[in-house]
Amino acid sequence: MSTEMSSAPPSGTASRAYVRAAAAQVLPPPVATSGLIGWLRTNLFSSPGNTLLTLLALLIAFWIIPGFVRFLITDAVWSGADREACVAKGGVLPGACWAFVKDRLAYFIYGAYPVESRWRADLFFLLGALGIGWLLWLNAPRRDLGLVYFLVVLPLAVYGLLSGRNPLAFLAYPYDLVTGRSVILGLVFAALLFLAGFLVARSEGVRAGRAALFGLAALVILTAAGLAFERLWGAIGLAPVDTARWGGLMVTLVVAGVGIVASLPLGILLALGRRSKLPVIKFFSVLFIEFVRGVPLITVLFMANTMLPLFLPDDITVDKLLRALVGIALFASAYMAEVVRAGLQALPKGQYEGAMAVGLGYWQMMRLIILPQALKVTIPNIVNTYIGLFKDTSLLLIVGIFDFLKAIETARIDPQWAAPTVSATGYAFAAIVYFIFCYGMASYARATERRLSKADKR
Amino acid sequence: MSSIDARPSGATGSDSRPHVAFWNNPKARGVLFQMLLFLAVGFLAYAAASNAIENLQKQKIASGFGFWNNIAGFDIGQRLIPYETTSTYGRAFWVGLLNTLLVAGIGIVLATLLGFVIGIARLSRNWLVAKLATVYVELIRNTPLLLQLLFWYNAVLKALPEVRESLALPGGAFLNTRGLFVPEPVFGAGFSLVLGALGAGFVAHLGIRRWARRRQERTGQRAPVLAIGFGLIVLLPLLVYLLAGQPLSFAYPDLGRFNIRGGVQVYPEFVALLLGLVIYTAAFIAEVVRAGIQAVSKGQTEAAYALGLRPGPTLDLVVIPQAMRVIIPPLTSQYLNLTKNSSLAVAVGYPDLVQVFAGTVLNQTGQAVEVIAITMAVYLTISLATSLIMNWYNARKALVER
Amino acid sequence: MKKLMMSVALGAALGMVAGAASAQTLNQVKTRGVLQCGSNTGLAGFGQPDAQGNWTGLDVDFCRAVAAAIFNDAAKVKFVPLSAKDRFTALQSGEVDVLVRNTTWTMSRDTSLGLEFGPVNYYDGQGFMVRKKLKIASAMELSGASVCTQQGTTTELNLADFFRANKLKYEVVTFATSDETTKAYDAGRCDAFTTDASGLYSERLRLTNPDDHMVLPEIISKEPLGPAWRHGDNQWGDIIKWTHYAMLTAEELGVTKANVDEQLKSTNPDVKRLLGTEGKFGEAIGLTNDWAYRIIKHVGNYGEVFEKNVGQGSRLKIARGVNALWNKGGLQYAPPIR
Repeated sequence: MSTEMSSAPPSGTASRAYVRAAAAQVLPPPVATSGLIGWLRTNLFSSPGNTLLTLLALLIAFWIIPGFVRFLITDAVWSGADREACVAKGGVLPGACWAFVKDRLAYFIYGAYPVESRWRADLFFLLGALGIGWLLWLNAPRRDLGLVYFLVVLPLAVYGLLSGRNPLAFLAYPYDLVTGRSVILGLVFAALLFLAGFLVARSEGVRAGRAALFGLAALVILTAAGLAFERLWGAIGLAPVDTARWGGLMVTLVVAGVGIVASLPLGILLALGRRSKLPVIKFFSVLFIEFVRGVPLITVLFMANTMLPLFLPDDITVDKLLRALVGIALFASAYMAEVVRAGLQALPKGQYEGAMAVGLGYWQMMRLIILPQALKVTIPNIVNTYIGLFKDTSLLLIVGIFDFLKAIETARIDPQWAAPTVSATGYAFAAIVYFIFCYGMASYARATERRLSKADKR
Repeated sequence: MSSIDARPSGATGSDSRPHVAFWNNPKARGVLFQMLLFLAVGFLAYAAASNAIENLQKQKIASGFGFWNNIAGFDIGQRLIPYETTSTYGRAFWVGLLNTLLVAGIGIVLATLLGFVIGIARLSRNWLVAKLATVYVELIRNTPLLLQLLFWYNAVLKALPEVRESLALPGGAFLNTRGLFVPEPVFGAGFSLVLGALGAGFVAHLGIRRWARRRQERTGQRAPVLAIGFGLIVLLPLLVYLLAGQPLSFAYPDLGRFNIRGGVQVYPEFVALLLGLVIYTAAFIAEVVRAGIQAVSKGQTEAAYALGLRPGPTLDLVVIPQAMRVIIPPLTSQYLNLTKNSSLAVAVGYPDLVQVFAGTVLNQTGQAVEVIAITMAVYLTISLATSLIMNWYNARKALVER
Repeated sequence: MKKLMMSVALGAALGMVAGAASAQTLNQVKTRGVLQCGSNTGLAGFGQPDAQGNWTGLDVDFCRAVAAAIFNDAAKVKFVPLSAKDRFTALQSGEVDVLVRNTTWTMSRDTSLGLEFGPVNYYDGQGFMVRKKLKIASAMELSGASVCTQQGTTTELNLADFFRANKLKYEVVTFATSDETTKAYDAGRCDAFTTDASGLYSERLRLTNPDDHMVLPEIISKEPLGPAWRHGDNQWGDIIKWTHYAMLTAEELGVTKANVDEQLKSTNPDVKRLLGTEGKFGEAIGLTNDWAYRIIKHVGNYGEVFEKNVGQGSRLKIARGVNALWNKGGLQYAPPIR
């Protein structure tokens, strides 16, 4: 058409039949390929087979969706005090018994945590949300501080808050050397604090002699701070709450949080160990990773529950929740190690060689060159491991820890709410809660993947 | 050497190497670290072992594997091999292990089928189908398996009618809160002939497939392998079955005083576990399949079309063989996950290895160390064996690069 | 040294570490300031926490009695809910000081699990519960039935023995917790539900329609339920044993929570010995002489505790039966305090 238009008409030729002078009216594209119908055509009815598929899918959708809507919304019972609200009336079963969830919501969230102390759990949720927001918001100020907050401050604060015990008690242990209360504990923690100061100084390039002074200073200052904090903590006077009374969503989030915080560094160490050239380190790393990945989590939890106590001296017992926590964190770290290893392997060899060529030592190379790149490309996979970890916390119910799912299970069996749809309602509620958390994480992973691939395309 | 020696003057004498403190020597440091690690792990292992021995002795807890041949004294609902209350703990172990393998085996087959269907559906050009598949995958992958198992068992299967009001299904089967009761096949005298025909047909089919492939490589002609295979594997046994006088009948279940008698009972615990595992794992397999197919570059399909291959053979001969290479390794790990996840049986009361052995046996004998060690060893063996087979398969199928 | 190293390493682990002892449980409990008591995860009448975490029950009150004897404060107990599966390892490992969790005293548990049993705070026996609409009157009619039971209990073994001995066929369905077992029976997964008879009465309350179910008359086993402690700590064992006996003696002598202060002035030598106004019996077991006074003052005598938790004062309404005092036709018999 355009050629016809642009070619100049030969002048003075009588035989020409017709030359269009004005542009023809632009017709809309055929209905069949645009608009709603076109979309339907290309996406749903492009061929007889496709049409059949569409009809089948519609059938499935119409079979499932109205049932869901009826159960969850239109037929649901929204208020009531006990099972009477949700029993069948006139032979017709009601839908979801949301009255039950409403009645037991506090129980699902806090378990048997003392009512007067529940504000502490609320504060924990708030602090956690703050930390996550700080880390995820890309333009947030001082994200490096956010990381310190998330990895160090938050766990200590949460421990202190929820248990009511002094989270910094260990800082004051060296003082026991002076009072003579516990020499061993004092010595060990004095050495640890000294070492911390020493290593920080060394990593800043301070000479050994000077660094030892730094270590000494760290020991004195931190111990003094620990003692001061002990006073402060006593003045605040939070009532101790035994872990046996922790429960519900709170426990699920604590366990998942600790697993998330602990499994990444452990996983990185294991992955580096597995790629190490030192045979003993490599051997133990491979042994640990393959062993943990080869057995179900539940056997690891059983082991933590029934075998671990036998392996410890008989005057030591470890809190049940702590045992499960360690089990879950170790389990996740083995999977994390494989994820990190894949990231390490994806880096071209030139990165290692370049780092070595400029004279960086092993840890400097890893810290400054390799890990930042390797971790960046594996963020989606790391988040996927976190999703797995979050879902795995539900297994705690099998070893008798009062997590969110256990709260649902216990409430659902309570005769006060024994009605036909209560179980399904409880599970639906649990599914929604788990889904929100997991889907949130998955969406973050996808967004990161897109952001990174955009950066690659430049 | 000395001519290019530009090192600082720290080097002394004829030895051109500088004197380095041993903690700055990477080799010495490596040895030191490894020794430390070895000592630490060794110390932990030693401490754990000696504590365990001390604790066991002091508290008079029995130890050793002597319990293996003791009388178990408890019963197990579902068993594939004969088991009585007078059987041994060892026997109980095998019953549990076989139950684990049963649910894992069937689960793997069904999850693969469902997973491939969903995975392909996610890539469908049909918008509705793709969206439905996406919703399925997202919903299932983002909720815990344990929750799904509890849902199937407590909210779905327990809501089925009681025995007396059993749902009668077509074909003489019953469905109720006790499970699914299906007719039990009773094999007549001539049935071995049918099985023989089936085996022979299968072997013949393999032979013909090989021959057909060789011929195609030589001459380029394709043989109707599928049709011949159908004839050999389906029609031949059917023919033999008819000729042998239909040596197969069914024992139908019927309602007894308490329970339904006769027929084969599929326990609701088994059904719940299987349903949960299949539906959960299929969502992951679907993602594996999708990623595998997407990994085959579009150029491959376009090249095949350019060569004149039609969509069917393109998929069959070009896309799938390449996609399988990407799919197989993660698929294997999904199979292993399914097997390991079957240990969640304990939550729905299905008598698998963990429920029977690490549950009841551990409790009756009180020998936690031995029982947990055996249980873990079993799963480890399954995992390692699968990894070995898969490595072998991968090596065979790997792209041979020049 | 080795132990110390381990202690330190673990002590660092968030400080969530508690000590326990093999030979000096009493000292450990005193230093800790709280008794750790292994209890049921939830069995109405015996040991059950409510939604606020307040525990009630016969076994729970026994723990309170021990705490009262030691601390003169019945609230200094930490209840550790344990499943049937976990209970023995928890005791063996020192996670709890005493296990009072309707645990059956059997020879193998006494001899090869590193446990010690003594007084029986509830004589029980295993029974069956069925739906009334099945219209059966005896357990002997259960042939072909499916039976729900809890894993890791003597119940599981007795059940197998009963059906084998009577040549009856059955199908067993086992679950890890009593919650799951009860719920499965309630949903119709099984025809019968078996556990200790007391447990049947207690679990029946948790069924959707308790009145649709009945407990069959047969008792198929002996289930002496009582506290257990670690093998080899005799001093601690004495405290557990005599806590129970003191409660029994108090009932026998008519000393109750309400009148215990008046009874301090009693001239009856038995009462005087019990309440510590005469003799030094408390010091002999490492406690103060008013140990029994404390128990009764804070918790009550056996009869009171029984009626409050499982008897007429409770929803269970279990008759005293064999758990009556020996002089009232029961089996509860306390050795004399002298």
